[in-house]
Amino acid sequence: MKKDPAIIARMAEEAKRGRISRREFVQYSTGAGLTLNAASGLWTSAVAQSTPQKGGTFRWGIHDGNTADTHDPGAYVTRVMIFLAHTHRSYLTMINGDGSLGPDLADSWEASADASQWTFKITPNASFHSGKPVTAADVIASLNHHRGDDTTSAAKALLTDVADIQSDGDHTVIVSLTGGNADFPWLMTDYHLAICPANEDGTIDWKSGDGSGPYKIDSGEFGVSFSLSRHDGWHREGAYFDNVEMITLNDPNARQTALVSGDVDAVSLIELKTMALMQRDPNITIHNVPSAGAITMPMFCDTAPFDNKDVRNALKLAMNRDEIIEKIAFGAATKGNDFHHSPAQPYWPDDIPQRDYDPDQAKSLLKKAGAEGLTVNLSTADSVYAGAVDMAVLYAEHAKAAGININVVREPNDGYYSEVWLKKPFTLVSWGARPTPDVMYTLAYKADAAWNESHFQNERFNELLLQAKAELDDTLRAEMYREMAMLARDEGGTLIPFFNNFVYANRSNIGTPEALAASWENDGGRAASRWWFTS
Amino acid sequence: MGDILTLIGKRLGLGLLTLLVISVLIFGAVELLPGDIAQAVLGQGATEENLRALREQMGLDQPAVVRYFQWLGGAMTGDFGQSMISGTNVSELIGPRLKNTLFLAAYAAVIAVPLAILLGITVALFRNSIFDRVANVVSLTAISSPEFFLGYILLLVFSVKLQMFPSISSLSADMSFGDLLYRTFLPALTMVLVVMAHMMRMTRAAIINLLASPYIEMARLKGAPSWKVIVHHALPNAWAPIINVVALNLAYLITGVVLVEVVFVYPGIGQALVDAVSKRDFPIVQACCLIFAATFILLNLAADVGAILTNPRLRHPK
Repeated sequence: MKKDPAIIARMAEEAKRGRISRREFVQYSTGAGLTLNAASGLWTSAVAQSTPQKGGTFRWGIHDGNTADTHDPGAYVTRVMIFLAHTHRSYLTMINGDGSLGPDLADSWEASADASQWTFKITPNASFHSGKPVTAADVIASLNHHRGDDTTSAAKALLTDVADIQSDGDHTVIVSLTGGNADFPWLMTDYHLAICPANEDGTIDWKSGDGSGPYKIDSGEFGVSFSLSRHDGWHREGAYFDNVEMITLNDPNARQTALVSGDVDAVSLIELKTMALMQRDPNITIHNVPSAGAITMPMFCDTAPFDNKDVRNALKLAMNRDEIIEKIAFGAATKGNDFHHSPAQPYWPDDIPQRDYDPDQAKSLLKKAGAEGLTVNLSTADSVYAGAVDMAVLYAEHAKAAGININVVREPNDGYYSEVWLKKPFTLVSWGARPTPDVMYTLAYKADAAWNESHFQNERFNELLLQAKAELDDTLRAEMYREMAMLARDEGGTLIPFFNNFVYANRSNIGTPEALAASWENDGGRAASRWWFTS
Repeated sequence: MGDILTLIGKRLGLGLLTLLVISVLIFGAVELLPGDIAQAVLGQGATEENLRALREQMGLDQPAVVRYFQWLGGAMTGDFGQSMISGTNVSELIGPRLKNTLFLAAYAAVIAVPLAILLGITVALFRNSIFDRVANVVSLTAISSPEFFLGYILLLVFSVKLQMFPSISSLSADMSFGDLLYRTFLPALTMVLVVMAHMMRMTRAAIINLLASPYIEMARLKGAPSWKVIVHHALPNAWAPIINVVALNLAYLITGVVLVEVVFVYPGIGQALVDAVSKRDFPIVQACCLIFAATFILLNLAADVGAILTNPRLRHPK
């Protein structure tokens, strides 16, 4: 076999950045023509010096925690619990730093030809902190925790397509679905679907806080802090810190002060207003990571005046997104194009023309629709997004140039999602990141979805949604998602100003991989097992 | 002495009645909050089915009156119920938090009360001097600033610039007492600054008020040094108003701590209350508020009893 120095050099570079492990490096280098000894030696000389060092206590300030938090995975709702779950528990699969899907408890997975049956091979190396190995029974019980009539789990809707879950030996789990779903392994990264030890009767023991993740909980108090130490039998690479302290820091000022004064090593969120000031501090590194979380402004497609496509598109054209991103999101956002599919998700179509501010065209569309001098109410509240009301007011100013009069209605912060969202015809909504376009479209754009926030009914869109869901060929799928994006953009009722970035920060002595996962703040909530101290 | 015991008994009875009324008010207020507890627990991601199952599990399908009397029945027998969300026993959840809050209050009180009274006496002694004016300006500035602002200033100076004290007061069980005092110094200092001015000004005013009395003039005329006039002659008659204002401020150290706890991330009862209100976790809100109310009632009672005990005229009413 001929050596390929270019490939080896590139791999060494990748390895230095922590993207590939030693095992993979040696494996690929021998594949590229190096002998085993040479590959191993090259790792030591070229890579190891700049690779993660073990040791230290990682103090991690997290922005959303509550005294009423619980270890019940079906009731996870705060960031602290979500990040804790990614630290002390495992999932079947995980989202890698580069946004691809990687193995966690499952070593590998494969689908039947119609994607309606999925087989997961559980790694034999995984063990709970109690010492008990992780088996198929634990996985099945953990998934069943979110199924059935009496479950209170918020993930129930996610698993309604699951018809049956069976084991085949201790390390194989077979999930049968009622229809094809090519994204099923992606769904397994949902933060509720943490694997807990099974009881004899098929329920799970979530109360003890036992898990099979990289760190085990030594002590903790909900809404205050958790102390964890490394689980030596963890089944994946990483977990460089010896100990992890996860501290609830709800107050933005307390959080940023703690980071500046060095009382924590990383925080999960910094205020956009102060981002520029924090950037000046040489001891602090800020990460600005595009995410799939979005601000949406749904209009009811079946309610006047929004029942006219031209009116909806005029409203979409009447927003100066650049100014909104600059002034409201302080630049920390990715411009939206009125389809709910972010560049941080797989299958993103990159060739769809960007919709920009065009008051003249908006005017002519309104004229066509016979709706000149349009007046609409836009409901919003500051609890939706910091600056949501300002954003609505700014948008109202933009829209004036198109002859549209927007009344900004400030709704109460409390109960916005139960009293205003899905009830008022034009609202402003914040969506968390979902892993794939299918999940997002199914949740909020499918004809019969409970959260179809824009009352969007489009036959072709729904047909494509079902087709794409069961399509295992990536190229075909990407084409379908492109067509759906065009339909949502031009026919749909949702104006999407931007996808908000995750903006978080750490002390400069923390090493992070080049690519940070976009599923949650702090590297997909996995900072504890992916980051390290450089000094 | 018997009179005092009757008084205490009467006041305690009234206090219990007050607590009952307060518990009704709090229950009503939590019921009036917009939004819904099940929604608050499950977040935006909940479906209608989830919400129904959770409401049933929490007993929210019963009418409010029934729920209140269920809670009251438990409270009468000393069982304050469980957190509606996590199912943890309220006393188990609030106990350690209350301990932390009391510790911080005691820490601040031990510094603030003697310092305030001493300063009050000193400024009364040197009234209208530069010292008096500086002390007044400083303490009035401190009391006029909201406590979170004071907290931020202290953080900026002592934690960010000088790096002398930690910016967050995270506690752990294995901390030594000295460590504990060190880590909670900034929040305690904030509380000291907030309550001190009030007590100091009251001490000063009460003493100066008395200095115009004929018996003080008598003391002066017989040649007593001015510090002795104040400490021996004026102070004993000034205790009643001072005790009153001290009691009021002690109560504030416990009930007014919410903002300081949030700024310094101190795991006390105020944080627990804020968390519980945001989740509409009624039993915890109720327990926290009743603790606050009881603090006020008891300290007011203590102030009245103290005032009587230090005043012979009240002790032996004609």
